[in-house]
Amino acid sequence: MREAALNVAIPAVTEQPIRSSEDMVRLRQMVRDRAISAGLSLVDQTKIVTAASELGRNTLIYGGGGKVIATSLEHGGRRGIRLEFCDEGPGIPDIPKALSDGFTTGSGLGLGLGGAKRLSDEFHIDSAPGKGTRVVIVKWRPR
Amino acid sequence: MERIPILRMGRQLLVTIQVDMHDQLALTLQDDLTRRIVADKAKGVLIDISSLDVVDSFIGRMISNIAAMSRVLDAKTVVVGMRPAVAITLVELGLNLEGVRTALNVEKGMALLQEADR
Amino acid sequence: MKANEKSGLAGILRAHEAEILEEWQKEQSAGQPRRDQLNDAEIRAASREFLGGVVEALNASGAVDMRSDAWSKVRDLLAELSASRARQGFSPTETATFVFSLKRPLFGLLRKEFANDAQKLGDETWNATILIDQLGLFTAETFQKTREQVISRQQRELLELSTPVVALWDDILALPLIGTLDSGRTQVVMESLLERVVETGASIAIIDITGVPTVDTLVAQHLMKTVAAARLMGADCIISGIRPQIAQTIVHLGVDLSAVTTKASLADAFAVALDRVGARIVKNAAPA
Repeated sequence: MREAALNVAIPAVTEQPIRSSEDMVRLRQMVRDRAISAGLSLVDQTKIVTAASELGRNTLIYGGGGKVIATSLEHGGRRGIRLEFCDEGPGIPDIPKALSDGFTTGSGLGLGLGGAKRLSDEFHIDSAPGKGTRVVIVKWRPR
Repeated sequence: MERIPILRMGRQLLVTIQVDMHDQLALTLQDDLTRRIVADKAKGVLIDISSLDVVDSFIGRMISNIAAMSRVLDAKTVVVGMRPAVAITLVELGLNLEGVRTALNVEKGMALLQEADR
Repeated sequence: MKANEKSGLAGILRAHEAEILEEWQKEQSAGQPRRDQLNDAEIRAASREFLGGVVEALNASGAVDMRSDAWSKVRDLLAELSASRARQGFSPTETATFVFSLKRPLFGLLRKEFANDAQKLGDETWNATILIDQLGLFTAETFQKTREQVISRQQRELLELSTPVVALWDDILALPLIGTLDSGRTQVVMESLLERVVETGASIAIIDITGVPTVDTLVAQHLMKTVAAARLMGADCIISGIRPQIAQTIVHLGVDLSAVTTKASLADAFAVALDRVGARIVKNAAPA
């Protein structure tokens, strides 16, 4: 067992584009790898990869393409992973509604924001028409 | 172009999804399955997802679509092998795979399809 | 620590390495009643490595900031040592003594080195104190964390022992829960139930909560999510043994049980399960 440091955030950051469906595959792989190295349980790994897939898809399809910034966190001895999805797309006009919408079957948008929120420990969204969208999720490894 | 192979076992079709599919692959699979159901006069489709460690809403929708199209073509769909971590995540996500029957493994799934076919 | 002061400590440690190691060993053994458990060669090797690492770090960084990269080798060393002592059952004091016992030999050396420079002696002694205190505290903290990990691993093991999943029949599993359920425990138990479902290929899992005195919202939700997850996987759950009080709580909490089969007792649930898998228990004809 190796302890890396005391109360210091150790950012190891990567940035990846989300502009194609191959990027989506790469996104999921990257998040899985990071989740594993943060020591997340299998279920928590699956949750964060799935949340990332949902948000990545939003970025790609609704946001017209964008990027993800992934950071490994360490705070007070607890490890975690932070994902930030950014796009310069149309922005989300009604965030509360988007968060409460269920999934639509068929070809509807079904933003999956609410789902991603439920799968994560922390969730922040910054979006407005004409201003693009920024969604941040964090998943911690429980003590 | 890469495609996911579709096997035929009697009057059932068997699809094993083993890769993290990108969009084109998923759409191609839906097309291929629809054509094969008609061509082989299949009565059942078994989708084995035991290799998948993530199922997101896109894959979920694909599965629901396949089930819906099969139903229109008078075939039944069964999804087998969902991993516990995936199931737990899907419940949290709120995705419930409408109209899709599930079974624990290929054996049970086939039994289900063959029974329905009687 | 000022730039020209750092080389003081590092240089002294390096120049008098053998002497310090010798003195330090003596100090360690004096404070270590359980010497039989650690062999001398091990201690010597660890001490030498540690001292070497400290000198390196002091030279590289010039400051005693344990959190910086220059100190990562020393941190790893202490973490490894502290963790292994924790696992072996040593006390935190015994473990931190490894570091703190370095003080006397080091101060002795400084006194000799700076016998004619009271100012320098004072400064370097202060630097040495800060260094050793930080390292000692780090050791104690890592020890603490390892202990916590050992405890939580033991708790998990106890948990697994106390909630066995039982194969009642070919296709039927039972999970008799006993004791108070908290959210964390429920989650762990439910996940392992689902794993067992996959492993055994059982189509039905009976969750019996006869032995559970109370259920709160979180636990009820976990139960429902487990039932839903099992269904997605292709298995069904039956919940049995719901006491009147729990039934009231569940209704009160607004948890929707309409989609789940519930039975008063495990026996009833078993009968239903047998029926579903197409089996029947038949009494033998009475002997003539």
